[in-house]
Amino acid sequence: MSDMALLIWARGNGFQLALGIFLLGMVLRAFEIFSLGRKPDLSAARENSPGSGWRTVWSRSIPHASTWQRTPATIVLGYVFHLGFFITLVLFIPHIQIAHSILGISWPGLPTPLVDATALISIVALLGVIVHRLRDPVRRFLSGFEDYFTAVLTLLPLLTGYLAFHHQLLPYTLMLAVHILSVELLLVFMPFTKLAHFATLFVARWYNGDLAAHKGVAS
Amino acid sequence: MSASFERGYNLLKEMIDAPIASYLSSCVRCGMCASACLFFTETNDPKYTPIHKIEPLRKVWRREYTLTGKLASWLGLAKPLSDEDLADWQELLYDSCTLCGRCTMVCPVGNDIAYMVRKSREGMAIAGHAPAGVVAATKRTIEIGSPMGVRLPAVKVQISHVEQETGLEVPLDQEGAEYMVLLSSMEIINFPEYLSALARIFHQAGKSWTICSEAFEATNSGIQIGVGDLAREIVMRVVEGAEKLKVKTVISPECGHAFTALRWDGPNLIGRPYTFKVQHILEVLDELRLAGKLKTEGFEAGRLTYHDPCQIARRGGVVEQPRNLLKMVAQDFVEMSDAGTMNWCCGGGGGVSANPDAEAIRLLAFKRKKAQLDELGPVTLVTACANCRIILEEGLEHYQMDVPVVGLTETIAAHLVESPHFSPPLPNPLPHTRRPDGLGTRVGEGTNALSPLGRELERGLAGEGEKP
Repeated sequence: MSDMALLIWARGNGFQLALGIFLLGMVLRAFEIFSLGRKPDLSAARENSPGSGWRTVWSRSIPHASTWQRTPATIVLGYVFHLGFFITLVLFIPHIQIAHSILGISWPGLPTPLVDATALISIVALLGVIVHRLRDPVRRFLSGFEDYFTAVLTLLPLLTGYLAFHHQLLPYTLMLAVHILSVELLLVFMPFTKLAHFATLFVARWYNGDLAAHKGVAS
Repeated sequence: MSASFERGYNLLKEMIDAPIASYLSSCVRCGMCASACLFFTETNDPKYTPIHKIEPLRKVWRREYTLTGKLASWLGLAKPLSDEDLADWQELLYDSCTLCGRCTMVCPVGNDIAYMVRKSREGMAIAGHAPAGVVAATKRTIEIGSPMGVRLPAVKVQISHVEQETGLEVPLDQEGAEYMVLLSSMEIINFPEYLSALARIFHQAGKSWTICSEAFEATNSGIQIGVGDLAREIVMRVVEGAEKLKVKTVISPECGHAFTALRWDGPNLIGRPYTFKVQHILEVLDELRLAGKLKTEGFEAGRLTYHDPCQIARRGGVVEQPRNLLKMVAQDFVEMSDAGTMNWCCGGGGGVSANPDAEAIRLLAFKRKKAQLDELGPVTLVTACANCRIILEEGLEHYQMDVPVVGLTETIAAHLVESPHFSPPLPNPLPHTRRPDGLGTRVGEGTNALSPLGRELERGLAGEGEKP
């Protein structure tokens, strides 16, 4: 298979296949969660609660002051990586063009040199996340195969995209194909690993906030 | 597979609901919960990371409720949960977790880890992996009526002591009273000043109240050990007592888990809403304050700070009330760092205080509270949970810290504007020690140390006389 044929497959059937697995997987994951249901709470709820499911969905993005002091590396590395990943994914003009061709919608992007720098920062932060996981006693203790596997799965699209953009390591066509394939690999594994947190964390936060709201306590 | 393990496994499976599935789907193993847990911060041992404590539950969830987990177990890639796992996790799920819920507040993906620990304990207890100390306390609650073995005669002795002291009636089984007061064993034995304070406060406020002879104990160790059936039986006593006496409100005492058990878990345990209201004593006092029915005079001499009991503040929503009340009687009120919803646990909640296995780690974890107090300098520590209070006193003694600990209700009562017939409080009849089962009491090591009233109380404790 030539580089071009690989690229065509990756952009065509490969992408459709990965997207299909991703969507089905996420539907399955949602079913796995919601089909378990929860019992109605018969205790009398407090009125005028500072807690709220919807508010917690957003407020939990801001760490408590004491957590900041105790785990600055986890917070900074995590934040920088996530923001960098999000900006690179959503605000890189070629990515917006792909979204436009699939969904028919588009939005303004950021200047390419800025996204380029952001991608590099995100790569460095993610490498930092991996090193921190290997070196910090708590994170090393908690980590298993899945934690390192998903970290590498997430790193690959960033790294291959960066290399393709800079025409490094492999011929551009091949590197672009590898980049798209790495995105597809990520899509395929997302619903079945902890990467599903990209969606389920909003459900978890909502439940947490809702339980707090019922008791009239901040969340 | 043993029968008890199978029951435990099935119960763990049954405990997993949509919130838990969303939590376990979301955990990224970031370990930030460790920084919120005093058992980790004071030991730096990663095994105390809160999310690690619920590993047995996670294993069950993966295997039973996820496609990947099912596939992995079918291919023989995942080790199933074993009875040995549960035995190994007893230390983590009971000795080193007070269900304080700080981890629940900091988890970036929003996991309510304390909720999962509470649910995990259900499976642990039924599989026979709950600590003997907490099992014994629960057994005493079911058989005798209280975790510390306090029977009605002991309560009656305390009632007559309070009546002598205050010159006020302490109503017993008065039908139609507005408030039904519950006590924790700790208050009956260690801190009778609570009951005395209530008698005087309700007298001043002109409110009718009663103690129920069939349901005076608020503590529910069924919740702490994680046995829903026993917790239900203990709650049901209170429900039956309150409905029989047709009271409007049941007042949960200065006790954290009693409030959680009664206020939040109770209706779910008995499967129906209550026909009465449940309030924590601090909520009642703050309402009286707002209605102008709580009049105080004078101020405390020194500096005061307030220790938020986890189940009352973070898990119970009573945060502002104690501060409103303290400001009535304190000119120099200071907050500890992290006060309020993020306060650090005393280290003895969630059954830890009744668990002798946990004593060493609990005293180690107390260094967190010590650090919070050291920042403040000389101070009097006010709290609103008798269990916190005894644990705080023990920790302070262990670290040789000179910090007096007092209850909030009695602190307010000491400043009441009272009618002239009131006589000053008598000293407590019982010297202060701990029982070998890990529960603090003031029952003397030798009866020589006891006053006549103390001896009378101890006979009540030993169950001489009528049963509740």
